[in-house]
Amino acid sequence: MPTSVIGVKAIVVGASSGIGREITRQIADGGGLVVAIARRGDRLEELAALYPGRIFPMVQDVTDHDSIPNKFIEATDKLTGLNLFVYASGVMPEVGPQEFNIEKDQQMIDVNISGAVAWINQAALRMQGTKHGSIVAIGSVAGERGRWEQPVYNASKTFLHAYMEAVRNRVSRYGVHVVTIKPGPVQTEMTERLKLKNAMSAEAAAEKILGLRNRTGEHYLKFTHLIAFAIIRNIPSFLFRRLKI
Amino acid sequence: MTADLNRMTHVTGFGLVTGADSYLYRPTSEDEVADIIELARKSGRQVTLRGAGRSYGDANIGSETILLDISRMNQILHFDSAQGTIDCQAGVTLEQIWRHVIEDGYWPPVVSGTMFPTLAGALGMNLHGKNAFQAGPIGNFVLEYDVVFPNGTRRTLNQNSPLFSKIISSAGLLGVITRVKLKLKKIQSGDLRVLPISVPNWQAQFAAFEEFNDQADYMVSWIDCFARGEKAGRGLFHTAWYLDDDTDAPLSLRPEHQDLPDTILGRFPKSTVWRYLKKLNNRPGMRFTNWGKYLSAKLLGNGKPHPQSLVGFSFLLDYVPGWRKAYLPGGFIQIQTFVPKEHAPRVFAEQLHLQQEAKLESFLGVMKRHIPDQFLFSHGVDGYSLALDFKVTKSNKERVWQLAHAINDLVLAAGGKFYLAKDSTLRPEDFKQSLGDEAFAEYARLKLELDPDAILTSDLAKRLLLDPRSVG
Ligand SMILES: Cc1cc2nc3c(=O)[nH]c(=O)nc-3n(C[C@H](O)[C@H](O)[C@H](O)COP(=O)(O)OP(=O)(O)OC[C@H]3O[C@@H](n4cnc5c(N)ncnc54)[C@H](O)[C@@H]3O)c2cc1C
Ligand SMILES: NC(=O)c1ccc[n+]([C@@H]2O[C@H](COP(=O)([O-])OP(=O)(O)OC[C@H]3O[C@@H](n4cnc5c(N)ncnc54)[C@H](OP(=O)(O)O)[C@@H]3O)[C@@H](O)[C@H]2O)c1
Repeated sequence: MPTSVIGVKAIVVGASSGIGREITRQIADGGGLVVAIARRGDRLEELAALYPGRIFPMVQDVTDHDSIPNKFIEATDKLTGLNLFVYASGVMPEVGPQEFNIEKDQQMIDVNISGAVAWINQAALRMQGTKHGSIVAIGSVAGERGRWEQPVYNASKTFLHAYMEAVRNRVSRYGVHVVTIKPGPVQTEMTERLKLKNAMSAEAAAEKILGLRNRTGEHYLKFTHLIAFAIIRNIPSFLFRRLKI
Repeated sequence: MTADLNRMTHVTGFGLVTGADSYLYRPTSEDEVADIIELARKSGRQVTLRGAGRSYGDANIGSETILLDISRMNQILHFDSAQGTIDCQAGVTLEQIWRHVIEDGYWPPVVSGTMFPTLAGALGMNLHGKNAFQAGPIGNFVLEYDVVFPNGTRRTLNQNSPLFSKIISSAGLLGVITRVKLKLKKIQSGDLRVLPISVPNWQAQFAAFEEFNDQADYMVSWIDCFARGEKAGRGLFHTAWYLDDDTDAPLSLRPEHQDLPDTILGRFPKSTVWRYLKKLNNRPGMRFTNWGKYLSAKLLGNGKPHPQSLVGFSFLLDYVPGWRKAYLPGGFIQIQTFVPKEHAPRVFAEQLHLQQEAKLESFLGVMKRHIPDQFLFSHGVDGYSLALDFKVTKSNKERVWQLAHAINDLVLAAGGKFYLAKDSTLRPEDFKQSLGDEAFAEYARLKLELDPDAILTSDLAKRLLLDPRSVG
């Protein structure tokens, strides 16, 4: 059974597709209110049309830091409050095994790191004052180690985990929940080209994430990941580089 | 709409049921008040006024508004012990006042059941005390006060100003009160003579109020909301008189004589008592407590007058600091309804009956006698009020609201009134009907004139459609 989202007033950044879109949809479906943020406004409008008066679309490119403080206030005014902030924006362009490309890397740094920090800073600033609410960021199991396939994507998620841990250590003492989610493969546009087998659906991931939103800490979405990554995290580096994982 | 996130804060009404996030500003002067209003106008943000936050519901909170908290304007400007007047910044509390004046034989003319309200909040709601049946609300004792209006004007209003009786009682929606000059009550002793009378049913309750109406200085009664049938309406009536001939007077007028003891029953530290209360704070526990209270009142001290300090008699609820925490996690609402005297016996009996049917008996019932007054959002009637406390939980919230609506409907049908300081459940049409078309139109006219941009609001104003921005 999905957890109740009645009374939820949420901002979801990265709401136009994948996991963020599903989180947005499920909040609205359960009777909560959401400001849905992404670049593709037409997609947001489409989603909002399904839940009139519950989803408020807002176009914003997270790489435009300067506009974030005003957008944040615009969103909380629209919601007349805020008790949930979700950062789900992320990019993972295709990077070849021998490719080192600062343009692609910079994109990931801008969206997965700088955008996350710029938005979450606002949420943390507000919530350390109001002393309630949840901040959820979607990290990834990819952030657990520097794996060969996606150097900067991995590193961007490691950054996010460490940043979220620090935010948690600052504001959880005020009663604010700070939640890092580390999904494994999820079926979304980001992973379409990878032709994933056994990937979780975005619906299932979103439902789990909403269920965890008040559980301060880091969470995997599958129990097997908890065990697998406990092992992977502890493989010594000299061995890890010989493994094809 | 820029705003400073560093000012973000979360506040609740006293009942802890609803809260709001807002941008906190705590001005120290009238100029700063005007600056905050100006800032709001420029940024398009609204302002909610707050005193000590003692109103139970949503009158003192505003979601995403600028919260103008008056409590730092807490200077007593002048006390005239010959004339018996006191001039204060509006954030001064009833507690500050009694402590300041009692040694010269004065007492605030009207006090609420708690000493913590500010004058701003006291005027905002036009609070009443246990002397309401002869003194009326506190507005009757205000000599003059200063207001900063959102339209940019500042005024000093006295009893001859047409606006005098409009800003008082307007729940912080027409102007910001910044200074208040009050007429004090002269007293000879710091003690009252208190007479408790155990009353077996409704008929005896009303008879007791009638009997003492012309001779008492204070009257209040507690009702056991669990008693039914012939015992319905039973409780404990208290009446009290000022003492004119007290030989201990000089000592009784010292603040330390008034101070509430640190322990209860000589033993339990006050600050921990709410934890014991919390254990009893459920239906069986409160049925037992109410029964025990009635029984002990009947057997001990019934009909025997005794002296009690003014503070002890007036601020009984302040004996147990943090008592509201016994209602956590859901909090509680208070409903106080005011019913003309000819209908009160029937309406109150039906209110009790409705609670018992719903198995949602109020843990505490308090009855007072009132008189009509001329203020804008007046809650005064020639009749009685009954105040009820309902614990709110996730699972009972809907039923509590249903019960409240049923209670409110009874009161409306009887031509009764409501008190915004105690309200969480009224619907827009309920309040409008209780106020009457004329007063409502008067409010709308004044709002347009004094606050044309609808800067002043609160979550209550939005709920009751008293904020023009929330209409349509
Ligand atoms: C235990 C307890 C017992 C009580 N007993 C009684 C009682 O016996 N009789 C009674 O009448 N009430 C009683 N009350 C209610 C209380 O007296 C009122 O709610 C009073 O208004 C509280 O004052 P405050 O300073 O806390 O104001 P708040 O609750 O903070 O505000 C009250 C109203 O005043 C407005 N306001 C605040 N500042 C200003 C300003 N500067 N200018 C204009 N408006 C302003 C607010 O917007 C709000 O609408 C009781 C409350 C409690 C908690
Ligand atoms: N899918 C997986 O297997 C998987 C696994 C682990 C972690 N994750 C993480 O989960 C999060 C969501 O991913 P997803 O799989 O749902 O991907 P997705 O379907 O591609 O969605 C990504 C979202 O990010 C938004 N976004 C991208 N760039 C943006 C920008 N510059 N400004 C604003 N928004 C931007 C997109 O909106 P616009 O393009 O409209 O702006 C879109 O809404 C990401 O952080 C991802 O790293 C995914």
